[in-house]
Amino acid sequence: HVYLQYSNCFLVFHVFVSDPQWYPARQSIRLDPKGKSLKDEDVLQHLPVGTTATFYFRDLGVFLTEYAGPLLIYLMFYFRVPFIYAPKYDFTTSKHWVVHLACMCHSFHYVKRLLETLFVHRFSHGTMPLRNIFKNCTYYWGFAAWMAYYINHPLYTPPIYGEQQIRLALIVFLFCQIGNFSIHIALRNLRPPGSKTRKIPYPTKNPFTWIFLLVSCPNYTYELGSWLGFTLMTQCLPVAAFTLVGFIQMTVWAKGKHRSYLKEFRDYPTLRSPILPFIL
Amino acid sequence: MASGEEDGTVEEKETNNKKRTKGAIATAWLTFYNIAMTAGWLVLAVAMVRYYLQKGTHKGLYRNIARTLKFFQTFALLEVGHCAIGIVRTSVIVTGVQVCSRIFMVWFVTNSIRQIQNEESVILFVVVWTITEITRYSFYTFNLLNHLPYFIKWARYNMFIVMYPLGVIGELLTIHASLPYVRRSGMYSLRLPNKYNVSFDYYYFLIIVMLSYIPCKHSTHNKTSTCMLPFPHWGCHVSGV
Repeated sequence: HVYLQYSNCFLVFHVFVSDPQWYPARQSIRLDPKGKSLKDEDVLQHLPVGTTATFYFRDLGVFLTEYAGPLLIYLMFYFRVPFIYAPKYDFTTSKHWVVHLACMCHSFHYVKRLLETLFVHRFSHGTMPLRNIFKNCTYYWGFAAWMAYYINHPLYTPPIYGEQQIRLALIVFLFCQIGNFSIHIALRNLRPPGSKTRKIPYPTKNPFTWIFLLVSCPNYTYELGSWLGFTLMTQCLPVAAFTLVGFIQMTVWAKGKHRSYLKEFRDYPTLRSPILPFIL
Repeated sequence: MASGEEDGTVEEKETNNKKRTKGAIATAWLTFYNIAMTAGWLVLAVAMVRYYLQKGTHKGLYRNIARTLKFFQTFALLEVGHCAIGIVRTSVIVTGVQVCSRIFMVWFVTNSIRQIQNEESVILFVVVWTITEITRYSFYTFNLLNHLPYFIKWARYNMFIVMYPLGVIGELLTIHASLPYVRRSGMYSLRLPNKYNVSFDYYYFLIIVMLSYIPCKHSTHNKTSTCMLPFPHWGCHVSGV
């Protein structure tokens, strides 16, 4: 029998035949948890390609709005699009090189997120409820605008400790971006496509994953680190506020995940903390 | 086996006793708290009436009662604590928002912007608050004492129809009156450039606060929870709520 499945906001058709030699091409989740199955193969033939494409774009829109929004909004402030700052500053660029660096880092972060969502993540929920999308977008877009306004402002004050501070911040930021990406790859490789088994993540050959020894959710740890780096780089209070709020939310998520790991696996390593080694 | 069962029931009895004493302490404290608050707002009401009868004008009335008002309104922060520790069955957030909006009005608008203290709108919202709080706290007190006079119950469930809009009008007019002084003095504001790369304009903040009265006051006062204004709480006869 044939049924529609939902993976990474893509709609993918999986053709299952009673013969167990055929397996689904990728890991996927049911659109309808009760398993809407189209019983006849004929139905598959009758479904036009257009329907697939429509589903594709509609669901893609969910994460596009969440991540592409901040990317574009920040760039609007960076290029000093009219009506944001005084008219004499329209389409000018900041005289501080840290502002250019900050724009590159911020953009890199969200491009990375977009690409990861497209190619790396394996999601475990289907469509997001509409209220959540609205709430998330307000959060991401609002903070992006608030941050970007001050960083790209004509009266922006560069970091007190100058080049040293910026260099350290950049190192922290890049280190954590690579770390975050390594963790995402490691988590993806944990669960081969099609398998339903859940496993404890362990450090791999990649040194950036060695943090798994101390932490259950190192992706959040690295995410926090990235934003701390960005805060240090820009020395901007709204960025610090965003980092703090994100940290609180991620701690809640990490504690939940840690608790479910402990419940599910009796042999779960006891040295691990949810998000901060030994502390939280 | 038999001794095991006995031990079980002894432990149960102990925890039940502990719960009962905790409940009794909570009720005693809440009764004291609500009586004290009723008394406080009554004192305020009397002081206002006396001042007006003696002076024949509302000018200077705020300064006269300012300290008492600030004291009792600030004391209401305890109510957030009551919800947090569970002796009052209401959402901490809703109570928090309501108390905070009162505190904001008292400390960050009326207290700090002297030029508006003689406005009629100030008298309006202070009078509304006084009537409302006396009704509310006496309602809670009588509930805790299990003896609720009908007229208190009636007042709690009906006066809000008039009090609520009057209160909103008083508060909005007061904030509006304060705007020119805020703008001129630049109070509570931070301008660029500064090393934190942030700015805050109290003037625009107040405007946003005024606009937020529309959604916020509508939603918080539609919840069945402790209200600063007596909103019908059908079936809500739990002590302290």
